Amino acid sequence: MYSTRSIIRLSAVGVMVAAMAACAPRQQPEPMPQPGPSQPSQPSQPGAPTGPVNPGTLPGTAAPGSVGDFRQNIGDRVYFDLDSYSVRADAQPRLDAQAQWLNRYPNVRVRIEGNADERGTREYNLALGARRAEAVRSHLVNRGVAANRIDTISYGKERPIAQGSNEEAWAQNRNAHTAIVSGAPQ
Amino acid sequence: MRPNKRLNALIAGVAAIALAPAAVTPVMAQSGSPEVEITEGVLRPLQIAVAPFSGPNGADISGVISSNLQRSGFFDPIDPNAFIQQDLNLSNQPDFPQWTRIGAQAVLYGSATPQPDGRVQVGFRLYDPYRECQLVGFAFTATPDNWRRLAHKVSDVVYQRLTGEQGYFDTRVVFVSESGTGLNRFSRLAVMDQDGFNPFFLTSGEEIILTPRFSNNPNEIAYMALGEDYSRIYIMNLQTGRRESIGEFPGQVFAPRFSPDGTQIAFSISVGGNSDIHIMNLRTRQTRRLTNDPGIDTSPSFSPDGNQLVFVSDRSGSARLYTMRTDGSGQRPISRGGGAYTAPSWSPRGDLIAFTKQQGGRFHIGVMDASGGGERLLSSSYFEEGPSWAPNGRYIMFARQAPGGGSRLWTVDVTGRVVGQASYSGMAGDPAWSPLLDPPPANLGVGQASDSCPG
Repeated sequence: MYSTRSIIRLSAVGVMVAAMAACAPRQQPEPMPQPGPSQPSQPSQPGAPTGPVNPGTLPGTAAPGSVGDFRQNIGDRVYFDLDSYSVRADAQPRLDAQAQWLNRYPNVRVRIEGNADERGTREYNLALGARRAEAVRSHLVNRGVAANRIDTISYGKERPIAQGSNEEAWAQNRNAHTAIVSGAPQ
Repeated sequence: MRPNKRLNALIAGVAAIALAPAAVTPVMAQSGSPEVEITEGVLRPLQIAVAPFSGPNGADISGVISSNLQRSGFFDPIDPNAFIQQDLNLSNQPDFPQWTRIGAQAVLYGSATPQPDGRVQVGFRLYDPYRECQLVGFAFTATPDNWRRLAHKVSDVVYQRLTGEQGYFDTRVVFVSESGTGLNRFSRLAVMDQDGFNPFFLTSGEEIILTPRFSNNPNEIAYMALGEDYSRIYIMNLQTGRRESIGEFPGQVFAPRFSPDGTQIAFSISVGGNSDIHIMNLRTRQTRRLTNDPGIDTSPSFSPDGNQLVFVSDRSGSARLYTMRTDGSGQRPISRGGGAYTAPSWSPRGDLIAFTKQQGGRFHIGVMDASGGGERLLSSSYFEEGPSWAPNGRYIMFARQAPGGGSRLWTVDVTGRVVGQASYSGMAGDPAWSPLLDPPPANLGVGQASDSCPG
């Protein structure tokens, strides 16, 4: 499943590549590299160890049950349509996964933060953000997460995550963010 | 920074006395009234000569007066380089032909005079050079560091005498100062004079500040502070800098508004995603719920008589304006057009309701009658919101934002004629206009007190 966000990122990369190509000076097209015949791989004797081996975590992995795990493997944000607070079909699998994860780690408490895009007035957007946060909260509660583990708040249009006055930025800023406030390591 | 000491000084009282007409009594009345005609049609700005005031800060004072009058849209101050008579002083009346020759319909002159107690008295006279009579003569006294306030008070008297409407220059504006860019923004509560001078920060920037509003006391405001995990309504005293939360509620509070007498505060509480309007008695701290439906109900604004509220509701499916009595009864929609109506503000005159309207991919500031009829859009742009009335009910300040840009303060008058960026040029939103800092002097109208012009 692709999130809206990653689709937007991918398309942004695509645009950048296209733009770079357009800016590049005219050149003869390079021949496409042809895959060569595969070399038979021969087993070889291991040599003697040549230096110390230091342990370390790979960047980008996260321990199960951690905040990073929730963010990277579940996804902590879902997106909404313009002036709408119904959970979109494409957001439901992610919210179901959030509920499953929260049910697996019952000490975790979360705060659902409702957000709105900049194309609305301040107080209406606060009310709209509150509806979005509530839509996510009730989805999680319906999937078995105890209501007393969930707080909600609306940030209205005050805490955008995407910069810019365009549809892509607005689409990202219409969201509800499930923030882990306690009960899980980073 | 310790802003409040300075604020105290600014708020300090300004004493007032009326001046009898200058030595020579007017000779002959000529025809034609110089007063500005306030109609909803074409404006003919009044040509006024504001002679440089004498004495300490005198020229600065007359400069502030001239800018105030010009910004109002009703006056066209004449370039002082065109003045023929250079020796006007408070003990004389103008040499009338020298002023009518340059087209002056009114002549204002005055003097700042240090007093034995260390204060300064600013006396001034306003003459009609065609009818050759004094329209008003008056003096205000204050400490010398209050010279801008003295200028605003003189401006108010001139405005009131020539337009017949209450002035609005001796006022301040509380607003949210914005800084940073893009995703790394922070906001601070700030207050300034209505002309953009003397800006002071009132908060330090740890919280997001939203929707400040004055009570009927120009030293008292309410606003909303939004933290990472809380939302509070504070009442702050601008003289002491003290602030107090109105309490903790089961839900998120926002959109605070004082009642016209300052004894109650209406606001929204969002519980389970449903925002409803409540009202709190600030003495007893008792809160009553006024709306009770699953729609969004927010942005309340009291009528000036305190009997009604206009508010936003989307109970019908889209955001519209509704009115109700302050006990919650009689809820009914008033806005009639398409588009989304939000952020209403009832005029201090009671006749109009200003609002923000979103329609056709643009945002508009408009006004309608209190019953919802006679809608007029005054200003339109990519984005604008949050109209706030000057205390005389003629001017509206609001925030306007260009695509990808910061928010700035703008002003429009009820006819849509005087649209301009407000004098404060920094990034700012959510302006709220104060009441007059103290009551205007009485008995300065036509045929009253110092007025020697025939009626």
